[in-house]
Amino acid sequence: MSIIIYAESAEGKLKKVAFELASYAKKVADQTGTTVTAVTVNANDVSALGTYGVSKVLKVTDDKLKSFSARGYANVVKQAAQKEGAKIVLVASTTDSLYLAPLLAIGLEAGYASNVVALPENISPFVVKRNAYSMKAFSYTEITTDVKLLAIAKNSFGLVESAASLSEESFAPELSDADFSVKVESVEKITGKVTIADAEVVVSGGRGLKGPENWGMLEELAEVLGAATACSKPVSDLGWRPHSEHVGQTGKPVASNLYIAVGISGAIQHIAGINASKVKVAINTDPEAPFFKVADYGVVGDAFEVVPKLTEKLKAFKAQNS
Amino acid sequence: MKILVCISHVPDTTSRINFVNGDAEFDKNGVQFVINPNDEFGLTRAIWFKEKQGASVTVINVGLAETEATIRKALAIGADEAIRVNANPTDGFFVAKQIAEIVKNNSYDLVIAGKESLDDNGGMVPGMIAALLGTNFVNSCTGIEIDGNTAKVTREIDGGKETLSASLPLVIAGQKGIVEEKDLRIPNMRGIMTARTKQITVTEPVGAAQNTKTVKFEKPAPKSAVKLVSPDNLDELINLLHNEAKVI
Repeated sequence: MSIIIYAESAEGKLKKVAFELASYAKKVADQTGTTVTAVTVNANDVSALGTYGVSKVLKVTDDKLKSFSARGYANVVKQAAQKEGAKIVLVASTTDSLYLAPLLAIGLEAGYASNVVALPENISPFVVKRNAYSMKAFSYTEITTDVKLLAIAKNSFGLVESAASLSEESFAPELSDADFSVKVESVEKITGKVTIADAEVVVSGGRGLKGPENWGMLEELAEVLGAATACSKPVSDLGWRPHSEHVGQTGKPVASNLYIAVGISGAIQHIAGINASKVKVAINTDPEAPFFKVADYGVVGDAFEVVPKLTEKLKAFKAQNS
Repeated sequence: MKILVCISHVPDTTSRINFVNGDAEFDKNGVQFVINPNDEFGLTRAIWFKEKQGASVTVINVGLAETEATIRKALAIGADEAIRVNANPTDGFFVAKQIAEIVKNNSYDLVIAGKESLDDNGGMVPGMIAALLGTNFVNSCTGIEIDGNTAKVTREIDGGKETLSASLPLVIAGQKGIVEEKDLRIPNMRGIMTARTKQITVTEPVGAAQNTKTVKFEKPAPKSAVKLVSPDNLDELINLLHNEAKVI
């Protein structure tokens, strides 16, 4: 009856989202009087899950699962959930987990709610609050099936420690060839750069920066903050920056702790995509720029003066506080 | 090659979002509806296959008669025919079930849907269609080439991309990148005229359990006013970010 979470790892190391998911699951387990079981795939040391309230880990170690296969991984989580008789199954909002979740929902005949931003509003009936209309609204969704599957939105819950005594058990689900019929040919990862998906801080530039040659100062600001760089849609459409940096309603969603928008006026589509960020800063020459309406902090000024100055001051601040 | 493109009828990206009926329903008043952008990228790629490699393109929508203008637009862009499953799309599973049923009876080689719709943001219909049919599936797809019975597909992963191969039949969930923004087509007059004579087949839905239902909507609380900091006093901005917002 325990709650099952799929605790994601990369190169054998658990990801931060796994601990966030565990924190969320523990709260729900307390509400429903049950415990949390995590399933891991090819993860090495899983003991840290105990710090966040997980009392049991089903460890799957299988060379066939070295490359991600949505069907294979969905099957692993499905069998783990069935073994535990889980009524609530939780995944994170990474690209891999969002890929496997709909397959898992069908496999478990579970009602599925994605983009969940808070603890369940109610347990019986089971109602969750989720982002909808590209973050312009919330939807309260009731899941009416016996088994419920939730994907928890990025950065919506945070880490909450709650020590549990952890038991580990190796688990060998049955997998078939059909689980591996989509084959991974190659993987290209940008290394040495913070990705928008993982970033705590995102520094984003718009047309106000006037041209791709001016991105150097943004990259310097990002470096001081350990931030990812991003851009508005016009900037990616103009080819100043790659599409992978385009954030907004039709680009990547951002849910960082801090989002700094430089020279971005703040079209409604842009705001929709970045609105889940906790704190927003606008730097713009135009005091009427719509971004100031959604920003927490703003600087009305010329980015070409403000950004280098801010970078210098942040360097000094970091040197003092590290 | 037979391609089925799933299109969702959604409010235009610039729409103001409001609710009526005690916040239980979306307020359609004054809202312009469009083809869901993620679906339109996929539709455009399907038309590319039709023109370059020879394919028939059918579009499908699960919706009431009000969605026909959106379906006609897809036909004007270049789809050959359309199917409308005459039902209110109550949740992702319901929609996936309807489309899977149509695919089962018509054996499409490739099913293209958008990775998520701009209204519900569920991100589940394409994967559920594949799972219901037991076919191959690639999510967050940013490119697809087809050679004979094999597709080479790229998908976005956190911090990069992955290239996959899979045999047809295949379901993919497309997004920007599958074609570029500049490749999107605005229907021309000839397309619009031809679309009028193209067939929209209306079918009735099959039964499906209702797994989820929206109880109510809520708009985010209005934000407190921005705190402005002078460009000559950036130390204050750092101070606020550190001590008040606690994000640096």
